[in-house]
Amino acid sequence: MSEPRACPGCLARAWLLARLAGHLDRAGNRIVALLGLGDGELIAAVGGREADDLRAELGCFDPDRARAGCAAAALEPMCRCDPAYPERLRGLGSPPAVLHVGGGLDRFCASVADQPVAIVGARRASPYGLEVARSLGRGLGAAGLTVVSGMAAGIDAAAHVGALDAGAATIAVLPARPERAYPARARALHRRIREVGAVVSELGPGVAPRRWMFPARNRIIAGLSAMTVVVAAGRSSGALLTARAAADLDRAVGAVPGPVTAPLAWGPHELLRSGAHLIAGPDDVLDALFGVGGRSSVAPAARPALEPGLQRLLDALADGHGTMESFAIAGLGPDRGLTALAVLELAGRIRRQAGGRFSAVP
Amino acid sequence: MLARVATFAIDGIQPRQVWVEADIRSGLPAFTIVGLGDTAVRESRDRIRSAILNSGFKFPDGRITANLAPAFLRKAGPGFDAALALALLAASGQVPSAGLDGCAVFGELSLGGELRDSPGALAVAEGARRCGCARLIVPRQRGREAALVERLEIIAVHCLRDAAGVLEGADPPPLPSPRASRWTAAPPPDLADIRGHEVPLLALEIAAAGAHNLLLEGAPGTGKTMLARRLPSILPPLTRTEAIEVTRIHSVAGMHAGGLITVRPFRAPHHTISPAGLAGGGNPPRPGEATLAHHGVLFLDELSEFQRSSLDALRQPLEDGSVTIVRGQRALRFPTAFMLVAATNPCPCGFAGVDDRCSCADVDLRRHRRRLSGPLLDRLDLLVDVRRPGDRDLREPPRCSSKQVLARVAEARERQQRRLAGSGARCNGELDVRLVRRRVGLDEAAENELGRAYAIGLLSPRGRDRVIRVARTIADLAGRERVGRDDVLLALSLRQRTPVETALLP
Repeated sequence: MSEPRACPGCLARAWLLARLAGHLDRAGNRIVALLGLGDGELIAAVGGREADDLRAELGCFDPDRARAGCAAAALEPMCRCDPAYPERLRGLGSPPAVLHVGGGLDRFCASVADQPVAIVGARRASPYGLEVARSLGRGLGAAGLTVVSGMAAGIDAAAHVGALDAGAATIAVLPARPERAYPARARALHRRIREVGAVVSELGPGVAPRRWMFPARNRIIAGLSAMTVVVAAGRSSGALLTARAAADLDRAVGAVPGPVTAPLAWGPHELLRSGAHLIAGPDDVLDALFGVGGRSSVAPAARPALEPGLQRLLDALADGHGTMESFAIAGLGPDRGLTALAVLELAGRIRRQAGGRFSAVP
Repeated sequence: MLARVATFAIDGIQPRQVWVEADIRSGLPAFTIVGLGDTAVRESRDRIRSAILNSGFKFPDGRITANLAPAFLRKAGPGFDAALALALLAASGQVPSAGLDGCAVFGELSLGGELRDSPGALAVAEGARRCGCARLIVPRQRGREAALVERLEIIAVHCLRDAAGVLEGADPPPLPSPRASRWTAAPPPDLADIRGHEVPLLALEIAAAGAHNLLLEGAPGTGKTMLARRLPSILPPLTRTEAIEVTRIHSVAGMHAGGLITVRPFRAPHHTISPAGLAGGGNPPRPGEATLAHHGVLFLDELSEFQRSSLDALRQPLEDGSVTIVRGQRALRFPTAFMLVAATNPCPCGFAGVDDRCSCADVDLRRHRRRLSGPLLDRLDLLVDVRRPGDRDLREPPRCSSKQVLARVAEARERQQRRLAGSGARCNGELDVRLVRRRVGLDEAAENELGRAYAIGLLSPRGRDRVIRVARTIADLAGRERVGRDDVLLALSLRQRTPVETALLP
């Protein structure tokens, strides 16, 4: 079946967005509303003096060139007229006209068909937030769910890596040009996700990311997912936009609490106050999606019991004490303490963080 | 008339024999020096003329040609003055030529005829001994230093007049009495000054016991430099051969007041240092900080601030224990068997991982980590975090003194020397891959733990070898014949960076 899965009209729309990339950057927070406009209205709204030229250019748009561009970047376009277009996305006021998918269209459609979960959060997260995001990703991946996120540094990347740890598919929604990693240093992660999951974007190959594409991307993350979990988010975090978009769609929203003194816990706490699900582990997500006991996470292989000294050290570290204080609490001298740290690390119970701190692996 | 005097040029840190030949012919008065000398050698003509006249001798009339043989060797510095002057006096018959047989001369002249302090006297004395000279005339200040060489008569003279007197048969003046120099007088700072810091102290002891390279990472003001400066106090004293080697290097570099250096050198170059300053170089090539730290400690504070090229220049010295400098047609080898101690902040502002005070931008953090993750870091055995000591620690009495630690270190070194006898390595830090396999003796549980750490990506292949070396030292400190599981675990804990497997996380 060689029938194209992206119709000329939708491809023209995707081209128009790329063409208007500079104009839309001035839209500020009206961006989602603007994306809901038809082609003509959009040009009238932001085209300014260029409007006539734009209309003319749109008139002679060549869909075959767009398709060739996608093929060259190993991307498959799928438009909202295609029956396989993710049903959940249609709920958005402005569903993306075309999804440019890297890593296999069929795999992408299969993974978003069940109940995908978005895990989003701050870029500069604490070790605690990163560990939680990673273990959530792992737990949900192991339970057979697809993790959707934005591949940004910090929480997003940790969630993807967690899902990959579990050998599960994961979907990265990128602001633009999905054939390239954004941020560029996530190259290795981008390659892995393309191999076992999918990368997807509203904008096509070769379009440089711009500011407005991030909130636009966040609405797609929320739209694709059955539930959105915010792990760490400050007051101005984009993750809160994703949560709001999910709430507007009547999708479940979850939040992972943090220390009340941490600025990055402000967002999750605010969401919890307004009725979000409290997420302490993958089971909380599964309960929220499938009802209590509806589906339970695959219990990780039972962890062997630790000898009392090691357990005390692990507990002290998990409570957030520094390394030396934890040695003191566990009653270990420096050499015994260091040996115990190595045992815990080899057992995968703690992970070393920058500055010589250790965080417990949930 | 022709006269010949032996002296020595310093090539790198090695002495090379140079014959000073002076020939006086009748003709228009002229004084030329040939033999590839530098500006200082050319200028010595004027110094020599004044020195000879001011010492009450007569400056020979006629056409004087002085030659520094061999002619292919570049000669630098004013150390040939005294030899040139005595050759001239001998050629003009003012001192007996016979007195100069088997006698080497070294030193710079002042206009008044005094022999001035010149660097490299020990190297010259060693050269004189090797070339079969019986006597060596040196400036008075350098007498004790030159006298470190046995079976060589040192004539430490004050001025040209005295030197001529000795050549005429007068009794040589007695050597200056030993004077406590600042090198031997000031003992290095003691570990007893340190409060808290149990883990870094443990790492310091292990580093000293096995001559392992060490990285201290911690926020500003936590005591990284304080710890590093106390390392020489727990290193075993220099052996006589080592001490002579160290003294020779420092003497050649002109950084030594005289006498034998008995304390291990501690060099802490500033982070703006150039690659040549660190590894040696220049023209003529001079020893760099790596060589000045030979048999001692090279401390690089603020490691991430050093130029990349400077740090890269340290790779060969670290790996081979020596550095080869090639300039023009000459290759010179400088020894560089030092222990590297590096200190760094966890991030440019210094507070990452300590509290929320870190204000570095992501870009800066990444640049900082990239600088630290280079191949240099891979060559360090111990990587430890230095944290702020608690208030209680600061009020407690010291935990240990350098003397106690030194005793344990010395014992561990003895064990290593016994085990490594005949292998070419002196301590665990010098074990190469082959020796790590053959001479370490891991027990089975230890092998298993290492295998596990390797399998989950905590270690690189090179890192694995480094951990084995450190584990061997830990076992040596504890007096265990075989390396056990706990030794390996402790070594693993003391050599850690963010594990390899998290590489996926951007």
